[in-house]
Amino acid sequence: MTAASPPEVLRAPLVVEFPFTRSLGPVQSAFLTGLRESVVLGVKTSDGRVVVPPVEYDPVTSEEIRDLVEVAATGTVTTWAWNDRPRPNQPLGTPFAWALVKLDGADTALLHALDAPGPDAVRTGMRVRVRWAAERTGAITDIACFEPYEDAPDAPAPAPGAGPAPHDGVFEDAVTGIVAEARLDYVYSPGRAQTAYINALSEQRTVGERCPSCHKVYVPPRGACPTCGVATTDQVEVGPAGTVTTFCIVNIKAKNLDIEVPYVYAHIALDGAGLALHGRIGGIPYDQVRMGLRVEPVWTEGGRYPDHYRPTGEPDADYDAYKELI
Amino acid sequence: MTGPRTSRYARDVAVVAFAQSDHLRRTDELSEVEMVMPVLHEVLAATGLKAGEIGFTCSGSSDYLAGRAFSFTMTLDGVGAWPPISESHVEMDGAWALYEAWVKIQTGEADTALVYSYGKSSPGSVRDVLTRQLDPYYLAPLWPDSVALAALQAQALIDAGETDEPALAAIAARSRADAGTNPHAQLRGAVPQGDYQVRPLRTGDCPPVGDGVAAVVLAAGDLARQLCERPAWITGIDHRIEAHGLGLRDLTDSPSTRTAAQHAGFFDAPVDTAELHAPFSSQEVVLRKALGLGDTVAVNPSGGALAANPMMAAGLIRIGEAAARIHRGASDRAVAHATSGPCLQQNLVAVLEGDRA
Repeated sequence: MTAASPPEVLRAPLVVEFPFTRSLGPVQSAFLTGLRESVVLGVKTSDGRVVVPPVEYDPVTSEEIRDLVEVAATGTVTTWAWNDRPRPNQPLGTPFAWALVKLDGADTALLHALDAPGPDAVRTGMRVRVRWAAERTGAITDIACFEPYEDAPDAPAPAPGAGPAPHDGVFEDAVTGIVAEARLDYVYSPGRAQTAYINALSEQRTVGERCPSCHKVYVPPRGACPTCGVATTDQVEVGPAGTVTTFCIVNIKAKNLDIEVPYVYAHIALDGAGLALHGRIGGIPYDQVRMGLRVEPVWTEGGRYPDHYRPTGEPDADYDAYKELI
Repeated sequence: MTGPRTSRYARDVAVVAFAQSDHLRRTDELSEVEMVMPVLHEVLAATGLKAGEIGFTCSGSSDYLAGRAFSFTMTLDGVGAWPPISESHVEMDGAWALYEAWVKIQTGEADTALVYSYGKSSPGSVRDVLTRQLDPYYLAPLWPDSVALAALQAQALIDAGETDEPALAAIAARSRADAGTNPHAQLRGAVPQGDYQVRPLRTGDCPPVGDGVAAVVLAAGDLARQLCERPAWITGIDHRIEAHGLGLRDLTDSPSTRTAAQHAGFFDAPVDTAELHAPFSSQEVVLRKALGLGDTVAVNPSGGALAANPMMAAGLIRIGEAAARIHRGASDRAVAHATSGPCLQQNLVAVLEGDRA
């Protein structure tokens, strides 16, 4: 037994991807399909305000709202923020302004990017228009961004008093769902206890940690005794041999796993450990594996953990010796 | 000794202990449970209670921060949840875990509660991670990061004449100066305002990114008096939410904070201390306006979220810091505020009071 000392911190890239498939309600479907057709739709609330981008329920009364109207692809910036260093996945790769834009005919503002030469070219109240994406699929990114519009000679002022025209929201081949792709990149660091465990495994040793209160030895250790709520501190080398406490016979071949079925997957209590870990049993016909079987790890060249466990040839362990570990 | 002056609930419930970790840019050598456990031990030791004597345990965290699924079940190892305990979790700031625990005590199902929360932002890029909490149809596909959204709010305030860049810099400077006496803070003393992150917000207007933990013990009635010399009674607590879409809101105001404050009885009597969860300097301007705070109130004497902003814990820390001031007699009536979502979308307000001599 040795006192735990802070090991070198391990790090590894961790990528989390979650491509959610989301269905659209009738208002969102009409709005996103409209963008595909270069039409911007809003929805009228109970008190006659036009909400763009449209929502399915009135933000104030929570009534279902379905009256669609077509608003202009031109509008006015209500607030903005200059983004000198665009981040991955943002609408533009060059410096741009984030802007909330109240489109002509709308009473609320839509968030998007505004392509402008620099912060001095942007101000609240400036006129902008939609720049449509070349390829449109029915998504908010069908608006590539906004662009300044005030210098355009053909820029018409918004017609005073004329409300936006009703729209039936009907398009051919309406978009009914989106796939929301997301990828987040992390650097995983497993902490003190698990780092020590992983480092020992690379030397083909299995190291657990003992709870100073209840004396149970956790393998693999996570740094805390979940029963006592205290830090496990004392490192304890366990195994290498152990006892099969329970097992199952796997008859379905896993995708991308090069192991012939049937095979046995077992809970194995390594000698000295306070709980069982799991591993595959090899070197014995699957129907001869039994509770109490004594096994030892088999390492492959360069393996970071045991490939499988095989019988040691010792007599089976007494049930009483492992019954608390099942 | 008299009870809390403005109690309005079935049971008198108080914060009787508060503990927090040092808030650090990185904690690579610690797993989440290794980070949380010392703070749990510290807060329990302050009351003399053992984990098994706590009536209800509630935590707040988010798996997205460190990218670890069901991480809260792992950190529960630090509590010692055997024999089985009554436990719950919110995927929110710990201030909302405290709210759930407070409700549990109000129902009479528990007399004490352990509330803790933690955030380990260092493994990921928190500005990008937070885009995943946005509306998935209209906002998330654009990946507008948390600083960009706060910058839109700051520009709206500047356009409305509510603040300007020097005033924002002064808020940042005051916060880091006040944090000089807070040994747990991540940023202390003079910190340069730096360059624009997203204009008009400069580095100094933004909170530090870091890892940290906070924990609180709640207790009801006479038990609170036994566990703490001067309990911080929660005489009012409420939380309200606004529309998610930024274009649907007046970004220069926070009506949800004001409504929560009304329901918490905040306006019934003056406070001497306000711990406001304003991660960006510009958001302090909005919250001061919503609560009508004058110059006589000490705002964020701990340094606030501009000095340490561990995600999911920074709101609970505001309640803890306000309570700790009452515990040590530095405050008689304090308001604590927590926020969640883009540009102060959701807000919780708690009023804390000490017994009067």
